[in-house]
Amino acid sequence: MREFKGRVIAAGSVSGEAVVSRSGLNTLATFQKSVMDGKKTVLGGDQNNPDVYKKEITGKILCLPQTIGSTTGGLVIQTVCAMRINPVAFLFSKHIDSLAASGIVLARVWENSGVVCVDCLGDDFLDAVKTGDTVSVKEDGTVVVG
Amino acid sequence: MSEYKMELTAEQLAVLGGSEGETMAKILRTVVEFGEIFGAKRLVPVTHREGHLVTSFGIGLLEPLFRTMDELIDAGLTAPGGFTVDPRPLDYANVPCNPAEKLIFNKIMYSQQERYEKQLRAVGLVNANGFTCTSYLPEVGNTPKKGDVLSWAESSAVVFANSVLGARCNRNSGMLDLFGSIVGYVPEFGLVTDEGRRASWKVYVKTTKKPEAQLLGSAIGMKVVEDVPYVYGLTEYIGSELDDDAVAYLKNFGAATASNGAVGLYHIDGLTPEAKELGEALISPDANTYVIDDAELERVRESYPVMWKKKDAKAQLCFIGCPHLTFSELCGWAENLSDALAKNGRTRVAVRTVFTASPDVAARFRATPLYRKLIASGATLSSICPLMYTNNPLTHMKNIATNSNKLRTYSLARYYTDAEMLDIISGKGAA
Repeated sequence: MREFKGRVIAAGSVSGEAVVSRSGLNTLATFQKSVMDGKKTVLGGDQNNPDVYKKEITGKILCLPQTIGSTTGGLVIQTVCAMRINPVAFLFSKHIDSLAASGIVLARVWENSGVVCVDCLGDDFLDAVKTGDTVSVKEDGTVVVG
Repeated sequence: MSEYKMELTAEQLAVLGGSEGETMAKILRTVVEFGEIFGAKRLVPVTHREGHLVTSFGIGLLEPLFRTMDELIDAGLTAPGGFTVDPRPLDYANVPCNPAEKLIFNKIMYSQQERYEKQLRAVGLVNANGFTCTSYLPEVGNTPKKGDVLSWAESSAVVFANSVLGARCNRNSGMLDLFGSIVGYVPEFGLVTDEGRRASWKVYVKTTKKPEAQLLGSAIGMKVVEDVPYVYGLTEYIGSELDDDAVAYLKNFGAATASNGAVGLYHIDGLTPEAKELGEALISPDANTYVIDDAELERVRESYPVMWKKKDAKAQLCFIGCPHLTFSELCGWAENLSDALAKNGRTRVAVRTVFTASPDVAARFRATPLYRKLIASGATLSSICPLMYTNNPLTHMKNIATNSNKLRTYSLARYYTDAEMLDIISGKGAA
């Protein structure tokens, strides 16, 4: 069991199964197919990201360095949160990027979403966590892996 | 006492308190909370008031978008400077679809297109020609000046405005682009500040020939992700002036950096405005180094997955123009295609081909003899967004080829270099 402390972007206490992207997660490419198809569960749709490609993301703890790609990214996060098919938490090893930050704020202010978000967890966090691990997130930004 | 850490004016605090209505308060709250995540100390005025929005498509499932737009309209809110927006997802006149594809597009995917375009017009869309990802081109006219602060989205437009025009804009998301245009302020952080525009990567281009813009941008985007690169060695190939060819090259290069990574600004030594003005003073002392040679570009290209069902199949549809082509690019393609067809003993293209450009660039091109030549070859000219077209699952049955790394990234399209695309379209080697 390992513990990490990050910065709280959207507070909450959740636990669940980790899905880990070791490289930047392309938000549009990852979510668009499931959103377009009206799926109740998101399967990672980015062929360039084998870490999450075809993996279930809804209800999981999404662990990633940052997001990359199209500037629709924030709107995509807002939409998956509105559709309640979002990961329950976004855990960033680095400082959150502007697109993901937009998405989290839009989800909170406009959708009353309870999505949890912590950033600045450090490279060690991403080295330690593996897809399938149980991860717990506390209100104060403490993250426990295992 | 304010609940916000940011230093806000009395007027901004009043707006947050509801002086201009609940919706305006929510908009400003979104902008402020977004800025606080990045440690912004204050909001700064948007000096180029014409916005550019990334979301142009009425996908039925984007209900939060349509709901928010209705709320803005009901509250009587508009973007005072107007805005352009990314290209439309459909153009049946120039990108024909079979009945099944049309059904999916009209009834399922873009069922809210008409509703959304009405909303865009109500909130400030400049005109019917405002649908393009290259709003910054002179024909379109949404062209910021060096130092202007913007509230734009669309990754390829933001990276172009920052890098080639010297404007200042963060990589905003859809909705934040519109919100900043409505309130007239953006948070001061990142690429809006001098410090945020410093390069943390030195990139040395050491190829034996002019690197393909799309491959070079892809390699740099994957390496530096969201950092700012300072690129040496390109002026040898594209010159030291921002002429038509250099602008087109940097447009394509930047789009690849922004879609294969998250680059919002790059500096090209001896070419882009800030690099010309400040040179190596733009580089952070602890900058990383990345050397790109022929082998590195080949490695990057080899890493692209081929998503066609049959890897050795032939292309059935070609898209050229993601981002939308410049006028000089269109002229160049038309001339090269005409020459290549003649060389291969053909008068018509070997594969259905769509060239895409903004409505204003397309209108300029239609007035030239080259347009008639291009159309006579069987190719078409559209202002569609190829990426939005390829979102239709039925198009996945077609082998789509493109010279756009951005389109490759977001679809099942296969990437080819410009020269390879010309061979495919002109039927080189075909019976």
